[in-house]
Amino acid sequence: MSINVYIPRDTSALAMGADDVVKALKFQTKLFHLPENKELNIIRNGSRGLFYLEPLIEVETKQGRIAYGPVTVDDVSSLLEHGILQGKTEHPLCLGLTKNIPYLAKQQRLTFARAGIINPLCIEDYLAHDGFKGLNKALTLSSQQLVDEIKNSGLRGRGGAAFPTGIKWQTVLDEKSCVKDNAKQPQKYIVCNADEGDSGTFADRLLMEADPFSLIEGMIIAGLAVGATQGFIYLRSEYPQAKIILKQAIQLAYKKHYLGQNILQSGKQFELELRLGAGAYICGEETSLLESLEGKRGLVRAKPPLPAIEGLFGKPTVVNNVISLATVPIILAKGADYYQYFGMGRSRGTLPFQLAGNIKQGGLVELAFGTSLADLVNDFGGGSYSGKPIKAIQVGGPLGAYLPQSQWHTELDYEAFANIEAVLGHGGIVVFDDSVNMAQQARFAMEFCSIESCGKCTPCRIGSVRGVETIDKIINDDNSQQNLELLTDLCDTMVDGSLCAMGGMTPFPVRSVIKHFNDDLMPTAQQQGEEI
Amino acid sequence: MPQLSTAKIQQLITQKQHLSGALLPILHNIQDQYGYIPKLALPLIAKTLQQTEAEIYGVISFYAHFRMQPTGKHIVEICRGEACQAMGSQQLEQVLKQQLNCDYGQTTKDNSITLEPVYCLGNCACAPSIKVDKKVYGRMNADKFAHLSDQLRHYTIELESTDQGVVNEQTMGKIK
Repeated sequence: MSINVYIPRDTSALAMGADDVVKALKFQTKLFHLPENKELNIIRNGSRGLFYLEPLIEVETKQGRIAYGPVTVDDVSSLLEHGILQGKTEHPLCLGLTKNIPYLAKQQRLTFARAGIINPLCIEDYLAHDGFKGLNKALTLSSQQLVDEIKNSGLRGRGGAAFPTGIKWQTVLDEKSCVKDNAKQPQKYIVCNADEGDSGTFADRLLMEADPFSLIEGMIIAGLAVGATQGFIYLRSEYPQAKIILKQAIQLAYKKHYLGQNILQSGKQFELELRLGAGAYICGEETSLLESLEGKRGLVRAKPPLPAIEGLFGKPTVVNNVISLATVPIILAKGADYYQYFGMGRSRGTLPFQLAGNIKQGGLVELAFGTSLADLVNDFGGGSYSGKPIKAIQVGGPLGAYLPQSQWHTELDYEAFANIEAVLGHGGIVVFDDSVNMAQQARFAMEFCSIESCGKCTPCRIGSVRGVETIDKIINDDNSQQNLELLTDLCDTMVDGSLCAMGGMTPFPVRSVIKHFNDDLMPTAQQQGEEI
Repeated sequence: MPQLSTAKIQQLITQKQHLSGALLPILHNIQDQYGYIPKLALPLIAKTLQQTEAEIYGVISFYAHFRMQPTGKHIVEICRGEACQAMGSQQLEQVLKQQLNCDYGQTTKDNSITLEPVYCLGNCACAPSIKVDKKVYGRMNADKFAHLSDQLRHYTIELESTDQGVVNEQTMGKIK
């Protein structure tokens, strides 16, 4: 008999010392006598997404898994003394049954249902937790039925743009015109955008490290739906751990014939290849990503043509985010109705929100659309890490607006956010306490754009550089009123004139600072105004 | 690191040549071996892919990850993303530069550490973050870094394998 102990191999768990804890535990259990006929079996799972508790150790008991965390190397001996291996609950780090931890129990885990529960590189474990049920269902349906199912689910692109996934798939499915010989299907591609570059987001990474087969399964289903036989995962090079796990998961899926020329003896084919990016934020933009996959500089393409019509190597291509694709299996397995039951308005299903930055309890919170930012940050997040009052929250990555307290009650819904000139984006929520200078954050938005712009269009390439200069003048009280007007004009030009969201949305955080945090931007002008 | 030779580089190119859109995989393959892309590789890649050297250089220079100069023994990347800023990464950045006595894009005098900026490591709930070669460190501060950089400078850090026969390139291994 073995004692099963789970210690994650997720990037954040490793960053907080999970490997050292594993070593300490292995070493010290040799000193502590294990109960008779028992041996220690350490399973390296993915993270549950409760990053404030990492490294989180879980011990399997008859009642379920008991959690202990956050565990440091120094805690290991006292944990052993307090009977961690027997699942005893006396130690101060014991959190009780993992599934009852309120942070986890209050979530609605659909896409992340298996995260942290299974061994990410064990297909049997995946199967035991409803894995490949979606694929089995998909193999019984026609392409059009599959596309209809996704349409009915209401799933919208989780990368940030929120375009209806089913409509994108339909466009690719319908694309047959590019072949003169109608008897032959044109080559089509499924491309997974795993270039998760937004600061404050880690949902893609967590999923790929915790449950890679769900992404693979989603891609196979997408291939069946639109008639594509080749898929690519474009993964950012900043995620080396995700690379290791995905690479092995793909190999295992080939070995068990989920990938290859004859998927589960259905006669259907799907090949999958992992490709690495090279440190360019812009390659998260879908056309830039396609250029990069083709072996070029990641310059944005003008649209139209849409990638669905002329995508990778000029062929019809589905480009979907990791979370969109990894959500496809549960939609197929449980039905479109089940999925679209969650959510509000036109935002159906769940979104994995990511609590980050200056937050006490950072981590991943998957919930149906419609909850409020205040609830997330207070109930789940527990307030700021520093204990100081929260001043601003940036939602949706570097191109998302900074929200002042008056907007924290906005419902988390694509349309509700658009109404306040904000974006949900990929669900990243970055909290700042009152030590932040918002003028510097506005400046950084422009600076980031100047660093990461692909350089193809002028409003983005030059505008961002001028933006930094103009904000510097405002900060230094150099004709600040005129320069503020200039900055406002510049923002309009960038929004209206840029080719893609990089230049087109960089003004969002800047405008939000002008509108809501003007005290930081123009402290002297504010004082003068008060004097009058 | 293998010896810098035309034959070896050509072999690295040939390994990936068959892939569609092969340039990035080829560049990664070379940089993984040498730590940078030697100038010698440009004409070889260009000839193999039937492109000009200028096109190859254009691609290398577009991506922050690719470099054409050798680095120090280790690469330390400091995250400059907003989530890390919210946890004081800008102050940390200044302290680390002082400790190492070098700026971004530079290498310490003893050639042990090259310093680079990075925009998000996906560890945003445990900020501020840095990355050393392939390992991310969370909740970084000046004291922790002083200890870490001392290890990087004076000890050989070995890669080792972890559980389940899985080679974990990220594991910071035994200190010799």
